[in-house]
Amino acid sequence: MTTVDQTTAVPDEVRRTFGARVHAWVVSVDHKRLGMMYVGFGLCFFIVGGIEAALMRAQLAQAAGKIVDPATFNQLFTMHGTTMVFLVGMPILLGMGNYLIPLMVGARDMAFPRLNAFGLWLFVFGAGLLYYSYIGAQGLYGTSAAPDVGWFAYAPLTSKTFSPGNSTDYWILGIMVSGFGSITTAINLVATILVMRCPGMTLMRMPLLCWMMLIVGMLVILAIPVLTGAQAMLLLDRFLGAHFFDTQNGGSALLWQHLFWFFGHPEVYILVLPAFGFLNEVIPVFSRKVIFGYSLMVAATVAIAFISVSVWAHHMFSVGMSPEINSFFAATTFLIAIPTGIKIFTWMGTMIGGKIRFETPMLCATAFIGLFTFGGLTGIMLAVVPFDWQLGDSYFVVGHFHYVLFGGTVFGIFSGIFYWFPKATGRLLSETLGKWFFWFLLVGFNLTFFPMHISGILGMPRRIYMYQPDRGLEIWNLLSSIGVIFQGVAVALFVWNVIRSLRNGKPAGNNPWNAWTLEWATSSPPPDWNFDQVPTVGSARPLWDQQNPQDPDSRHEEHL
Amino acid sequence: MNASMNAGAIHARQSTVRQWQPSRGKVGMVCLIAAESCIFLTFVVAYLFYIGKSATGPQPKDVIEMPLVIVNTIALLSSSFTVVMAVKALERKASRAFLGWLGVTIALGLWFIGGTAWEWKGLMEEDGLYLGTNLFGTTFYSLVGLHLLHVVVGLTMLGLVLILGALGFVRGKHAHAFDMLSWYWHFVDAVWIVVFTTVYVIGR
Repeated sequence: MTTVDQTTAVPDEVRRTFGARVHAWVVSVDHKRLGMMYVGFGLCFFIVGGIEAALMRAQLAQAAGKIVDPATFNQLFTMHGTTMVFLVGMPILLGMGNYLIPLMVGARDMAFPRLNAFGLWLFVFGAGLLYYSYIGAQGLYGTSAAPDVGWFAYAPLTSKTFSPGNSTDYWILGIMVSGFGSITTAINLVATILVMRCPGMTLMRMPLLCWMMLIVGMLVILAIPVLTGAQAMLLLDRFLGAHFFDTQNGGSALLWQHLFWFFGHPEVYILVLPAFGFLNEVIPVFSRKVIFGYSLMVAATVAIAFISVSVWAHHMFSVGMSPEINSFFAATTFLIAIPTGIKIFTWMGTMIGGKIRFETPMLCATAFIGLFTFGGLTGIMLAVVPFDWQLGDSYFVVGHFHYVLFGGTVFGIFSGIFYWFPKATGRLLSETLGKWFFWFLLVGFNLTFFPMHISGILGMPRRIYMYQPDRGLEIWNLLSSIGVIFQGVAVALFVWNVIRSLRNGKPAGNNPWNAWTLEWATSSPPPDWNFDQVPTVGSARPLWDQQNPQDPDSRHEEHL
Repeated sequence: MNASMNAGAIHARQSTVRQWQPSRGKVGMVCLIAAESCIFLTFVVAYLFYIGKSATGPQPKDVIEMPLVIVNTIALLSSSFTVVMAVKALERKASRAFLGWLGVTIALGLWFIGGTAWEWKGLMEEDGLYLGTNLFGTTFYSLVGLHLLHVVVGLTMLGLVLILGALGFVRGKHAHAFDMLSWYWHFVDAVWIVVFTTVYVIGR
């Protein structure tokens, strides 16, 4: 059919173009490419972290399970937690901010494009360092040992005595490096939002996602360095014989807990505020209404940011702090429920009386409201100190924070991905597959995490690798494990949906959802330069103004 | 590419609202300083937390010598003044004055590093205080050392500017960028006031 020359030439050609394409991505400083790489890496790690969770659920599906040994189990929950927080939540949320913020504020790129690329590759390097531990690290039980000290790495377990080898150092350095990446990205987000807005876009005309990202950027700048500092102290302890957390020489294990959670609790809001932002974009568009209470939403977000740095010790009630300190942190924790509740009512206020279209982004957003509220309420239960003494470190806590971080953040992320996928790729995700994905995920999620509240109340502590039969825990654990199958199917459907839609999804056009913010004004995918002309806006909904020149928003908006 | 057909059309009536949009260099540097401050805060908190908790000697009141530290402090704080003079000189394109003030700034920074080295040498050789000796050693060397690291980073950048300036590459148009670098240097000085207060006033 063809000559030898041609057959050898074809694969060569393919390889070269593939290499050239990879090269173009690697050297890119374009916020859109960097954003998509963040999200892509994050989704890959979402699958890795999910596999780790699935292995744990397989082990716990029946009493006295024998699928993994205790040492492996310790590594699994450590890597699962660390992965989901630092290698899934952070990159996907910051990455989506990276992609969307310049488009939303009408800018050509981020404020510091090269710093942006630097941040991404620091994150990738940190992630690689953490996962290299599976190959190269030495742990308590020899080589190929991933970190096994839990995602919050309490002292003195992390001292050289109890964690010999270097698996803990991989945890420290991997998170530290990716933390530097997060800080640079946060600086970039704050600078972009404050400096790069197009003419007419005052702060109170920004899409609410920009507000959320601004606050998140500030929280990252405030919180991550504290973890970095604490990790630096831990490194000094482990390598140079310092005594920060060395209880044998007057050091304090409690100091690590305070420093870690001073980072850790704002981190929870760092992980959920961007998801709030996605909802703020999705819910008005799919309810065909203006967001109810724009300035209320901004105020609530700022309030959350302030209160979130004063609630950290509610993670430490069972440590045995004084009643005064316990009361203070219980009070602040109740307090933060108020601005969060305001947001819930703001979204419902937007939906009431709207012409709601339940497409996949809206389905995920609606589920978010319900699941996050449920997780928030169990959070208030845990803020009651005596209740926490009873159920702290039990599966009740595991159920609680998965409702917040999975039911909240992950559903928010999927809502955002279904919403902006057409903008980023020019093709719509399949709605049928999307609905199947959503229902499988919703059912699987609740099946896995609701029974955890019950097994927790029945007394099952978190992080145990097995439990004895005849304690009434079997059925709840079995249900949790069955839920994982549904979630696995959901993720497979999502991956299939992405692959299929990238190849032959429906072309999206500029504005498939008939939305109102600037990113929908440019083509899908946007050109390298984002906008042919720098846009000028007169309200928070520039595309509405354009479509309805007889009744633009600028006539109704008050100026703050 | 059918690029952004509509974008050009989004020209609502020219806005009369005044927009607050600072320079990105300033915002970026302020954010960096905020992040760095939080790292320092962590170490300051640890220092305050461990004051007086060292089970064994040497204790701060036995070994800390004030005169040397005060001379170092004066050198470092004066460098904030000289770097401002360098910025002013660059703004009015007086390159000799700029290089001169920059050189003095670097010299004062080097003085500080040398003075600290002298102080540490005394603490180690005469008093036997090392990082692992007790909690005082742990917190002292890490907090003062963290600050010293920032002095080194600042001096490296200032030195780079000096070399580029001596080769004639730094012009008046770079004044804003150099001003931002001077903000970092001011931050290093301001942090020293906090560290000084923590270690040499409260901690003694």
